[in-house]
Amino acid sequence: MAVFEPEAEGIVLDAEETGGDIVGRSPWALAGRRLLRNRISLAALTLFLLIVVVSFGAPIYAHDIAHTDPFASNVTGTIKLNGKTVDVIQQGTGKLGLGETPIGPTWSSQYFLGADNQGRDVAARVLYGGRSSLIIGLSSAALACLLALLFALVAGFFGGFTDTIISRLMDLVWAFPVYLLAISLATVLLTSAHGLNLGLFTLSASSLWIPLLIIGLIYVPYVYRPIRGQVLSLREKEFVEAAIAQGAGSFRLIFREILPNVLSTVIVLLPLMIATTILTESALSYLSIGVQAPQASWGTIIQDGQALLYTRPWVAIGPGIMILLTVLALNVFGDGLRDALDPRSKVRSR
Amino acid sequence: MRPRSLFQLLALFGVAALVLSACGGSSKKKSSAAGGSGGTLTTLAQAAAPGSPDPQINYTLQEWQMLIMTHDGLTAFKKAGGLAGTQVVPDLATTIPNPTEGGKTYVFTLRKGIKFSDGTTLKASDVTRTFERNFAVHGPTAGTFYKTIVGAAACLKTPATCDLSKNGVIADDANNTVTFHLTSGDPEFLQKLAVPFASILPPSTPMKAVQIPPPGTGPYKFVEYNLHKGIKLVRNPFFKVWSKDAQPAGKPDVIIQKFGLGPEAEVTQVENGQADWMFDPVPADRLNELSNKFPDQVHINPLTADYYMAFNVRVPPFNNLDARRAVNYATDRNALVKIYGGPKLAVPSCQILPPNFPGYKPYCPYTKNPGSGKWTAPDLAKAKQLIAASGTKGASVKVNTDTTDTNKAFGLYFVGLLNSLGYKASLQALSPDLQYAYCQNSKNKVQFCWSAWSQDYPAASDFINILFGCSSFVPNSDASPNLSEYCNKSVQAQIDQALKQAITDPTGANVKWAAIDKEITDQAGWVEMFNPKQLDFTGKRVKGYQFSPQWYFLLDLASVK
Repeated sequence: MAVFEPEAEGIVLDAEETGGDIVGRSPWALAGRRLLRNRISLAALTLFLLIVVVSFGAPIYAHDIAHTDPFASNVTGTIKLNGKTVDVIQQGTGKLGLGETPIGPTWSSQYFLGADNQGRDVAARVLYGGRSSLIIGLSSAALACLLALLFALVAGFFGGFTDTIISRLMDLVWAFPVYLLAISLATVLLTSAHGLNLGLFTLSASSLWIPLLIIGLIYVPYVYRPIRGQVLSLREKEFVEAAIAQGAGSFRLIFREILPNVLSTVIVLLPLMIATTILTESALSYLSIGVQAPQASWGTIIQDGQALLYTRPWVAIGPGIMILLTVLALNVFGDGLRDALDPRSKVRSR
Repeated sequence: MRPRSLFQLLALFGVAALVLSACGGSSKKKSSAAGGSGGTLTTLAQAAAPGSPDPQINYTLQEWQMLIMTHDGLTAFKKAGGLAGTQVVPDLATTIPNPTEGGKTYVFTLRKGIKFSDGTTLKASDVTRTFERNFAVHGPTAGTFYKTIVGAAACLKTPATCDLSKNGVIADDANNTVTFHLTSGDPEFLQKLAVPFASILPPSTPMKAVQIPPPGTGPYKFVEYNLHKGIKLVRNPFFKVWSKDAQPAGKPDVIIQKFGLGPEAEVTQVENGQADWMFDPVPADRLNELSNKFPDQVHINPLTADYYMAFNVRVPPFNNLDARRAVNYATDRNALVKIYGGPKLAVPSCQILPPNFPGYKPYCPYTKNPGSGKWTAPDLAKAKQLIAASGTKGASVKVNTDTTDTNKAFGLYFVGLLNSLGYKASLQALSPDLQYAYCQNSKNKVQFCWSAWSQDYPAASDFINILFGCSSFVPNSDASPNLSEYCNKSVQAQIDQALKQAITDPTGANVKWAAIDKEITDQAGWVEMFNPKQLDFTGKRVKGYQFSPQWYFLLDLASVK
């Protein structure tokens, strides 16, 4: 495998990075070392991992701490609070006795963030919602990057007619505004009586796979373009020509010579794509065309909270904060990753 | 009448005159001091009433509340609050005629000297043309309300050449009379003449749908109808009061309805005195605030309306009677009332006909300790037993609602309930503009659909025949209000008998309607959730609030001076 190293391009690194201890280390080891030095990025990564762990621990929180089923309505339920039994949904206290208001944050194990208008524990739902949002965000970003990488390698390496076909297809997808395309696809699939029939298997309209596939597919062109550009450039490099001279076939050229050199770009793009897909998933779910009830995602919980903004703002604020922290953490970490994997950009910025 | 959209559901449901009577006028705030004439009454709505603005096509309370101020029919519902508001009174006709030939012939004499807002004088032949136009523009009730008019069958087949002048609606301009000939007696004919579909239009009205309501004879006229901005009504200079009961002069000089704000912003505008009334329901999270800070501006009135979840009795698993009954037994109607806004705004129910309605007899089999006719608590044990007997456990069910907060919350409640009963339930929430039509079309095979219904006029058939009659189920059509697709020949025969008997013996017919109500309730075509109440929030300066069971808040009787 030939890896295109910064030094080969004549880039001058600073004294610290060109010190004697660099000699003999692989580019990945160098990148890892740079990343470990970036404390802000590490803090962001820690925060993201914490959110992942907490979200995937939702069942434990719901069953062992909050003792609640976050998917079942509990409109007429009661809880014990400070020794008193109180309704989860409480009748209005005004002169006319109008309105039914869910219990607010108790800041204790049960109903920590209060209840929604179904009497469900918001904190438990935020954690379950995080699980859905993260699964969709991570998987669809991975799907987008994988497909984009595959298409970019093929289009960029072979060029000509293959490149034209693939690139125009990507242009076609790119021509649609992301949300418009996602909403159109989701609306068709979610209102279909039988969900999505893929031949060997069928996805029900409420399956998490549907938003996952939709979001994954619509972002392929966004990752495809920069990678294809890089492949086009790499295939003209001397180490590729050298491999050709040694009789390497197309398969080997693509996967042994070019792929390792574009992987760092994909890795840099991945956290940024995860942040984007989480935001997209939340937006679609907020519009009722992403994750379907009774499952929760941060977007659906914000939608639940919209009707309670005046009286129980935490229903919407809770998942909102989680989205904010997740996206912030991913973006900061993504920046750090880029600095670590692409030191040229760091050099240029100085 | 089906509400126009879910943002307005709370506001769109029918009439409760008899309830008002029974409760001694249970309106939280009765008519306050009448107030003077003049000024501009500013009302708010999130959007224009959906569908065509044509008065013979639009079928929403939102537009009807305007049309009753601009147009008149031969008869009208008395413009008054409380029970009186359900009384049919002569409007453009001098008197209510007694039908002859077994209820098949009505002869109306028109009042003289009445002018449309464009200055044209009303003639008897305008009545004939109006009814022909109803068929020509494919009025949504042409084939139901007015199908008994002689010649209607031909008009329904070839609307463009509709001619009722020879046999069906015979006008005599010289004597100012109009004679209606019906193919069979219709006990509700006078009421059907009192709704806006039968408002008399001038001869200049094109025989196709119009984009602004044409001139009418009422005290106001439309001068603006902008679907994006709003509606403006000003006084009709040719109007003179001929019947205070049917069409009083109206108090404000100008009535406007602005579109575009969301319900939250509407509440704030009314609170701040920037508007006088909001058409849309007050959002649930503002109710406590109104109750605390503006109790004197809140008006609550019972409605003759149903909120329900319709089973599709032709599609599994609810083609099984035990399964339908099980869900009925398991439903906690108190929870649904809580979601809606609490016991002040809704009353749990099990049956089709609303309380104190013609033919109403309390009946509720789907409760713990049945017998009193009232729902008290769910019976989960019975429900689980029936589910086991039905053999439908494990079936997939899509619960269909629209995306508005409250209705989606109903859907979520039922998803949870069905899952707890052993089904695999999921929610299918559609846009309010699409959901009702989607549920109506049998092609979509909707299994369990949220809907609501309020009366067009106070008659049992308006619920039972429309919602469960065989003719109300139109396969593969978006206009098929029998959402359950229920068609039982024996029940239909009883409905037909009750309709016939009502011509000569309304009291006896009501006994029959009660029996039919009981039988359909036992067949569990839907889960009746509750009978809602109407909450109106008016501005501080509004005086003389009156609630008609037929038309709800009577805007023209309110004063802003």
